[in-house]
Amino acid sequence: MDTSRSYLEPSSFSKKMAAAIIIVYAVITLIPISWMVMTSFKNVDSAISYPPEVLFEPSLEGYVNLFTNRSRQSQEYLDSLPPPDNWYEELVRSREMVITGPSKFLGRYSNSMIIGFGSTFASVFLGALAAYAFSRFRVPLKDDLLFFILSTRMFPPIAVAVPIFIMYRKLGLGDTHLGMIILYTVVNLSLAVWLLKGFMDEIPKEYEEAAMIDGYSRLQAFFKVVLPQAMTGIAATAIFCMIFSWNEYAFAVLLTQFNAQTAPPFIPTIIGEGGLDWPAIGAGTTLFLLPVMIFTIILRKHLLRGITFGAVRK
Amino acid sequence: MSQIKIVNLQKSFGDFTAVKNSNLTINDKEFFVLLGPSGCGKTTTLRMIAGLELPTSGEIYLGDEEVGMLRASERDIAFVFQLFALYPHMNVRNNLSFPLKMQGYKKSDIKNRVEEAAKLLRIDHILNSNISSLSGGDRQRVALGRALVRRPKAFLMDEPLGTLDAEFRELMCLELKKLHLDIGATTVYVTHDQLEAMSLADRIAVMDGGEILQADEPNIIYNKPKTKFVASFIGSPGMNFFEVDEGISKDQSFVNIEGTKFNIPKQLEESKGSKNFFGIRPENLTLSNNEGLKGSVFGVEYLGSRKIITIKTSLGEIKVKTDISVNAKLNENVQVKPLNNNIIIFDGETDKSLNSEFIK
Repeated sequence: MDTSRSYLEPSSFSKKMAAAIIIVYAVITLIPISWMVMTSFKNVDSAISYPPEVLFEPSLEGYVNLFTNRSRQSQEYLDSLPPPDNWYEELVRSREMVITGPSKFLGRYSNSMIIGFGSTFASVFLGALAAYAFSRFRVPLKDDLLFFILSTRMFPPIAVAVPIFIMYRKLGLGDTHLGMIILYTVVNLSLAVWLLKGFMDEIPKEYEEAAMIDGYSRLQAFFKVVLPQAMTGIAATAIFCMIFSWNEYAFAVLLTQFNAQTAPPFIPTIIGEGGLDWPAIGAGTTLFLLPVMIFTIILRKHLLRGITFGAVRK
Repeated sequence: MSQIKIVNLQKSFGDFTAVKNSNLTINDKEFFVLLGPSGCGKTTTLRMIAGLELPTSGEIYLGDEEVGMLRASERDIAFVFQLFALYPHMNVRNNLSFPLKMQGYKKSDIKNRVEEAAKLLRIDHILNSNISSLSGGDRQRVALGRALVRRPKAFLMDEPLGTLDAEFRELMCLELKKLHLDIGATTVYVTHDQLEAMSLADRIAVMDGGEILQADEPNIIYNKPKTKFVASFIGSPGMNFFEVDEGISKDQSFVNIEGTKFNIPKQLEESKGSKNFFGIRPENLTLSNNEGLKGSVFGVEYLGSRKIITIKTSLGEIKVKTDISVNAKLNENVQVKPLNNNIIIFDGETDKSLNSEFIK
């Protein structure tokens, strides 16, 4: 019998069970995602074939369709054109179409980037300042204010869609980057304040006192001493904010059409011939997934510590 | 380096007064210790000198300058925290250069001064280490180094040895003393440990309940305490007190306690009330077979070269510090008498010691 094992340590059997459960769970959650990625590499026919094709010949048609606008032409017209000078032109012509220009996807995608990162930065920055104030100073009505901040999260944000729509129209913020950044920042800020306050509370105030004795102002001490130590919390908060504003759909549909439309409302509108162009949608969604994935992987180290941080008093 | 002067300093937190009307002068180059039990206001006083708390009223002078309302960063003092407060995201070198960077020194100057301080504290071999990899003693040295590099007007230390284990504390105590002799900086040191205070201080201020009860050299604090609290707080064990149910008049040289007559030093002052206290240190008492207070042995503690015998009498427990050769068995009936005339009478109304031939 293995007697060297600590009683607090899980047995190897329960460890194996835990691993098995996690693997099963991972597979279940990964099925739709991998199906989506597979669809993005299918052609229009195999994407909707029945029974569904698990093995198929990969094609970049979805990606080409995602990035281009095309129009159908007669065979005679296609024959009259000079030979295609690149692979995607050739691919489109084989479908009896010609490329008429780039699609709006890249623009929508960069809108998503600007609004997503912009609002994440704003939420974390403002949240950190507010959290620091709540954590360190005697703010009058502190508890009530904190509850008020939290209460903005107690209804689904879309519940205030109509007033916000009217306000934005009056203020000229509708369909602007700034308007969307402000909106997502407002929604994320309460989460950011609460999360970051927990992290700030954990940082002993002696650190900034030491910095102030060392000749720094409180604001300098905040940036040079408090913020670096709150990195864990900032990373965790940034991921949560980023995921929300990156994925947000309802407000984006309501408030943006041309100038500041983000990727989520745009992707479902990619329509091909005779219905939805599933490979293109798959391609759009796959590309849409990448930034959050990369962002999370970069900050993953902090995230894991961040979520469990503060659970046990050191 | 500078003199520090506190005038009528007061600090309240809401209804609670943490520091009451304190006056204190800390001389240039002095090692001054604020000593008292927790909650006595010693740390608050220190934090006000540092600028981490603003006084409710009163003035603080650093040299000739009144700094009471200045920011900590504008006072040019260094503070060593109990938990060191070394910046964990920087290595030792960066921790030491951090205060200098703010003052706009040249890079080469910063390097020189950091290395000079590191050499003095014998931490030059760990300059590039991370804070988290250091032992408690090394962290303590780095914290001192960070205070040292700036050559401030004064050093303030808030129980800097409190988190170290006993053995290390003694070592660091010696190092601190040596360091102070080397650089001769005005130092204010807060502790609740009287041994630390006694061994480090040029002068000690004993505080209780937000008040400074006595500020004197260690031997005076010990031998000639001004109040009953100082007498009982300093010394281990503290002073013994017996109630005296009579007023003390000038020139009186004996008192009656429970029908036994005790000689006391000739009094130079009369008491305010008719209830007073007779105070005597445990080492000034001895066991006797035929005279003194009657009681029974309640406990015996061996301290190596000395032993402390606790005796239960009708006046309460009395601690006697005797030679190791004295024999005392539990529950044995013994008598206790003063060994000499080192006796202090405390006024029952003011708790202050009355002047006598022994304590003037």
